[in-house]
Amino acid sequence: MMILEAERLSVSFGGVRAVDEVSIAVEAGQVFSIIGPNGSGKTTLFNLVSGIYTPNHGSIRFAGETVTGLEPDRLARRGLSRTFQNLQIFLRMSVLENVMVGHHRHEDTGILADLMHWPSVRRQNAATREVALAALARVGLADDAGQASGSLSYGALKRLEIARALASDPKLLLLDEPAAGCNPVETQEIDRVIRSLVRDGITVMLVEHDMRLVMNISDRVHVLARGRTLAEGTPEEVRSNAAVIEAYLGDHGAKEAVRAFG
Amino acid sequence: MAELLQFISSGLTVGAIYALVALGFTLIYKASDIINFAQGEFVMLGGMTTVFVTLAGVPLPLAALIAVVSTTAIGVALHRFAIEPARGASPVALIMITIGASIFLRGVAQIVFDRRFHSLPPVFGADPIQFGGAAILPQSLVVLASATVIVTVLWLFIERTLLGKAVIATAANRLAARLIGIDTRRVVALSFAVSAAIGAIAGILITPIALTSYDAGTLLALKGFAAAMLGGIGSAPGAVVGGLLIGMMEAFAAGYISSNYKDAVAFLIILAVLLSIPQGLFGRAKVERV
Amino acid sequence: MPAIVIAALIAILPLLFPSAYYYRIGVLVFVFALAVVGLNLLMGFAGPVSLGPAGFLGIGAYSVAIGPVHLGMPSWLCLLGGALLSGAIAFLVGRPILKLKGHYLAVATLGLGLLLAIVLTNEARWTGGPDGMSVPRLVLFGWSVRGATTWYWIAGATFVAGFVLALNLMDSPTGRALQAIHDSEIAARVLGIDVARKKLAIFVISAIYASVAGSFLALFNGYITPDAAGFLRSIELVAMVVLGGMGSIVGSLVGAIVLVVLPQVLTVFHDYEQALLGLIVMVFMIFLRRGIVPSLAVALAGWRK
Ligand SMILES: Nc1ncnc2c1ncn2[C@@H]1O[C@H](COP(=O)(O)OP(=O)(O)O)[C@@H](O)[C@H]1O
Ligand SMILES: [Mg+2]
Repeated sequence: MMILEAERLSVSFGGVRAVDEVSIAVEAGQVFSIIGPNGSGKTTLFNLVSGIYTPNHGSIRFAGETVTGLEPDRLARRGLSRTFQNLQIFLRMSVLENVMVGHHRHEDTGILADLMHWPSVRRQNAATREVALAALARVGLADDAGQASGSLSYGALKRLEIARALASDPKLLLLDEPAAGCNPVETQEIDRVIRSLVRDGITVMLVEHDMRLVMNISDRVHVLARGRTLAEGTPEEVRSNAAVIEAYLGDHGAKEAVRAFG
Repeated sequence: MAELLQFISSGLTVGAIYALVALGFTLIYKASDIINFAQGEFVMLGGMTTVFVTLAGVPLPLAALIAVVSTTAIGVALHRFAIEPARGASPVALIMITIGASIFLRGVAQIVFDRRFHSLPPVFGADPIQFGGAAILPQSLVVLASATVIVTVLWLFIERTLLGKAVIATAANRLAARLIGIDTRRVVALSFAVSAAIGAIAGILITPIALTSYDAGTLLALKGFAAAMLGGIGSAPGAVVGGLLIGMMEAFAAGYISSNYKDAVAFLIILAVLLSIPQGLFGRAKVERV
Repeated sequence: MPAIVIAALIAILPLLFPSAYYYRIGVLVFVFALAVVGLNLLMGFAGPVSLGPAGFLGIGAYSVAIGPVHLGMPSWLCLLGGALLSGAIAFLVGRPILKLKGHYLAVATLGLGLLLAIVLTNEARWTGGPDGMSVPRLVLFGWSVRGATTWYWIAGATFVAGFVLALNLMDSPTGRALQAIHDSEIAARVLGIDVARKKLAIFVISAIYASVAGSFLALFNGYITPDAAGFLRSIELVAMVVLGGMGSIVGSLVGAIVLVVLPQVLTVFHDYEQALLGLIVMVFMIFLRRGIVPSLAVALAGWRK
């Protein structure tokens, strides 16, 4: 079953076609990676899929329903969550509170109850807290729950965003460069987290520059260059695609490209 | 027809003053992202200083010059002693600082000057010129002509001088401007000086028509701010158009509806414009990037 | 916990009051602090700046004046009616206005506040125009509420209630969502938060806080003028929020105390009052730019280390 199908998506900004006629189909339960040089439109594609940008053309189906043009919060309530390449942490809140926000779509207290702190709100707070702690534990941040979020390292903040997205219990999770700026140990940790998500039946879309991580973990890899699709296939197919090697790492020379692709 | 002409002429006159105030907002905003709510006090200081210096027996042109120079000095001091030390404060904190400055200047003005209304003699007398059945004050023409000159000079300065280019560069990208060696702090100081000077001139020009007093700045600042936003904050042509539009709207509202509600009409239309074009008439829409 | 401390302080403080004048100051502090807590929920926690909160203060104030005088309604009912009306107006205009960002939002809220003030000034038949109108005393169960001492307790209790509700709200799903919106709207949206709706809700709540405060102010003073809804009043409320500390509920009380007490002290300087007030606002904002309570908290934390 396809959980996400995007047909010929296009969006441009002031004449620049950031994403140009890109079609993708993501099988439920798989890891679907998008790679490409900087500026090739990966983040923009995520922004389209998650509803932050509205496509100029094309359509998006999520879990069997057409969702083109739907607001991000509506998509989130249908089970689509994501992290950001440029961190979007709630810096005035603690680590735990950040993740508690992730559970928002499952919380069902009214504003009057919230003002009065009725028992339903207390129960809800406790339940949300449990979910958040579990999500933090999954990404290895359980010990930092009480910290101010601003005090975490960059790599930890990346995982905090994953935990926050997890707390929303998504069907599809979009990770935008989760390993950027992470040391090898942290990257290993992210590899482990993604695998555990897949085991739980969450579909993962991944944008990442760490080729080893991508090639290890992905079921399919979609290659973008200047907003257009260059190739798509299994890691092996993409790895051996001459056009990909040339376009993707043109300036670095083929030899380094081969090394990068492992 | 005569009525229409009458409203247009009075609308353009106050509109020109709003435009100058809006231009002051825009200049400072361009250079520093700060909304300077003390802009109205510059206008008040220009008018009040001229009034009191002429009362002391100084001829009007010299008094006007003294007013402009001293208001400019106050503008620079405001930057030096209130804005500069607060660098890095949040936008709301900065707004509160300039509002504090405006209360302060108002307070000082009521001590140094007084709490009464004052006027100045019009440059070319008070006899209205008859034109198409409308009575137009000569001072209105003075206001419009002066405003045109100020806008032109400012435009030439920005477009044609090196310092002007530095202002544009600072407005476009402060960090990049600093990297190529522009002293952005001086550019901001300059923007305060020029804004203060423009405000003072506006104050001198309008006093013969509208009277002035120590607290005349508040409403002017609000209208000027609204004009700047209506045009799209940061756009100089927008500021001028926004100012003229608000002036006209007020004049028509006062004429056709009720002078009590002229301020209401101006703000209603601003709300309507902002709600339909959230970035103002001349502003550019921004897509949030993540 | 902070609520209990503050309630205790409010209860004990009168023991130190040498005269009824101090009760009067106390009432003003509570009334403004109530409005400021509401405004802080909006500006400090959720983020949207409002430069027109006094408009809603004015609605509350004039409700308890116009209702009893012109319509013969009991004051307490008018207080509730005013709160309802403020909430309804905020609800109607909030959605489009709150879409605006930054300075555009500032000018729109400013315009809204001014419009309300202009209506109050000009509908002289109902409001007495620029001269204002007198406000009949509050009568509860046949008991006419009068005197600064009585009002001290009523306003104090109401403030504590508003304070507790605000703390409750912040420790709830809605409160977390609001604080998330403040830091990153985009992230809040992709987590399923309906940002527009939450902002609207808090805008309505803050309007109701302001309205209730306005009603109390009018009932206590027994007189009301359009200044209650004017730009300077709005600025005063915003200054209390920022001075006390954006996002600090305790700060709202501190901000209200400073800006209510200060002008009283400054009246001894007669003509210099305004200049000094402006100067003090500037100095506070320059040197305690995060607000008094958050700045003190940081200093205290540093000192402990
Ligand atoms: N909101 C926007 N406004 C203008 N240009 C944008 C915007 N978002 C993306 N772009 C442009 O689209 C192109 C693709 O950017 P992006 O998707 O961030 O690339 P990647 O994530 O692959 O590095 C770039 O040229 C970028 O400048
Ligand atoms: Mg990217």
